[in-house]
Amino acid sequence: MPQVTVTVNGQTHTVEVEGRTLLVELLRETLRLTGTHVGCDTSQCGACVVHMNGESVKSCTLLAVQAQGAEVVTIEGLAAADGTLHPMQEAFREYHALQCGFCTPGMVMSAIDLVQKNPQGLSEHDIREGLDGNICRCTGYHNIVKAVAAAADVMHGKRTELAPAIG
Amino acid sequence: MYDFEYHKPTTIADAVKILAADPDAKPISGGMTLLPALKHRLNKPSALVDLGGIAELRGVKREGNAIVIGAMAKHYEVATDPLVKEAIPALARMASTVGDTQVRNRGTLGGSLANNDPAADYPAAALALGATFITSRRSIPADDFFVGMFTTALEPDELLVAVSFPIPEKAGYAKLRNPASRYSMAGVFVAKGPAGVKVGVNGAASCAFRQTEMEAALSANWSADALSGVTQSPDDLNSDIHGGAEYRAHLVIVMAKRALADAG
Ligand SMILES: Cc1cc2nc3c(=O)[nH]c(=O)nc-3n(C[C@H](O)[C@H](O)[C@H](O)COP(=O)(O)OP(=O)(O)OC[C@H]3O[C@@H](n4cnc5c(N)ncnc54)[C@H](O)[C@@H]3O)c2cc1C
Ligand code: FES
Ligand code: FES
Repeated sequence: MPQVTVTVNGQTHTVEVEGRTLLVELLRETLRLTGTHVGCDTSQCGACVVHMNGESVKSCTLLAVQAQGAEVVTIEGLAAADGTLHPMQEAFREYHALQCGFCTPGMVMSAIDLVQKNPQGLSEHDIREGLDGNICRCTGYHNIVKAVAAAADVMHGKRTELAPAIG
Repeated sequence: MYDFEYHKPTTIADAVKILAADPDAKPISGGMTLLPALKHRLNKPSALVDLGGIAELRGVKREGNAIVIGAMAKHYEVATDPLVKEAIPALARMASTVGDTQVRNRGTLGGSLANNDPAADYPAAALALGATFITSRRSIPADDFFVGMFTTALEPDELLVAVSFPIPEKAGYAKLRNPASRYSMAGVFVAKGPAGVKVGVNGAASCAFRQTEMEAALSANWSADALSGVTQSPDDLNSDIHGGAEYRAHLVIVMAKRALADAG
C-alpha cells in the first residue's frame, strides 16, 4: 500500500493509504479531524474545502497520495492554541453566518483564501463570485457575505477589531 | 471508487512508458473531472499516472508570436499569468470563469483539453485562436484535435505536453452558464489573428465547433452588426432539460455578439 506523509495543522503524519483514498477520508477517518465535511458526490458543494500549500482545494476531489509532502490546514487548525478564534470564524459567529453549520467549515476555509488572495479589498460582488464553489442550503448567503467583508477588514489591517453586526 | 495503482513519474518519457505498457492505465492531472467520474465508477483504470511531478509540463512562455502554456498549468495560473494577461487577455478572462475557485486551483488546461467535454470552455478558445497542440510525439492543429464528444486525436499513451496559442489582434469570449453545474450552455470565443477571423463555439453541440458563417461575416466586417444576418441551425445542437436546440442556436448568436463586445 502507498505511504503518504502530510503535515496537517502543523503536525506531520506518515500513514498507509490505498491509491483511491481521498484526502478527506484521510483527514476524517484516519486523523479523526471531522470538522471537514462531505456534502456531495459531484465536487460541487465545497463542504470539504481545506488549504493545501496555502490554496483552497476540495479535499473530496484529491487523492491522499496527491497530498504527499504538502502542508494542509483544516478548520481545526485556524484558532490559536488558547482558543482565540480566527477573525473569519469570529465574523461568522458575530454576523450569524450559519444556521445548521454543515457548510461552514468549507465556507470559512474558502473565504480565508479569497481574502488572502485579494489584499486590494473585495466588493460584495467579488465575495459572492469568490464563494461560487461553496453551497449553503440554509442561510441564503446574505450574512455569510457580510461576515466575509467584516473579517476582510480585520485580516487586511483596516480595523483592529471586528465591526459589530448591530450597533 | 475502485482501487488502482498509483505512479508519480518525473519525466514525460517515464509517464509514456507506463501508459504504453498498460492499456488500462490513465493519466491524472488536476483530477477535477477524472476523480468525480471514478467516484461514480464510470471508469476503472488499473493505474493512475499522476502528471503532477513532471516539471516539463509546467510553465508559460512566449515563443515568437505565440504564448505556449504547459499542459499542467492550472486554470488559476492561466487566469493570473502576466504573459497571458498581456498577450491574450480574453484567454485569461475565460480561464477565470471555469468552474469555481477550488476547481481553478486544481484543474488544468491540459486536462480540460484532453477531456474535451462538450461544455468545457477551452476547446472553443483553442479553435478560435488556431492553437497547436504539442504532444509527447507530434504537433496537432486545433482543427484536427477535437474528434467528438469526450474524444480527441490523442492516443492512450500520448500526453498533451503544451498548447501554443498564436497571439491575436483581438479576441473575446462570452458564455451563458448553467446556474447549477456552472458549465457553459453555449459559449462563443471570437478571435482575429494571424490566420484570419475564427469563431469557436462550446456547450451547444456534442463537440466544440467553428462557426464558419460567422467567420465569413466578421472577416468582412468585425462588428456585432455583421452578425445580424448570420444564422445558426439548430440541427445537431444539444437538447436537454436545460434547454432545447432552438434555444441553444439562439444563444450562439447572442453569445457571439457579447464576445465581440468583450473583444472591443
Ligand atoms: C464543480 C465543477 C465545475 C466545473 N466547471 C467547469 C466549467 O465551467 N468549464 C470547464 O471548462 N470545466 C469545468 N470543470 C472541469 C474542470 O475544468 C476540469 O479541471 C477539467 O475538465 C479537467 O482538468 P483536470 O486537470 O482536472 O483533468 P483530470 O480530471 O485529471 O483529467 C481529465 C482527463 O484528461 C486526461 N488527461 C489529463 N491530463 C492529460 C494530459 N496532459 N495528456 C493527456 N491526457 C490527459 C485524463 O486521463 C482524464 O481522462 C468543472 C469541474 C467541476 C468539478
Ligand atoms: S464534498 Fe467536496 S465538493 Fe462536495
Ligand atoms: S448553514 Fe446549513 S448549509 Fe450552510
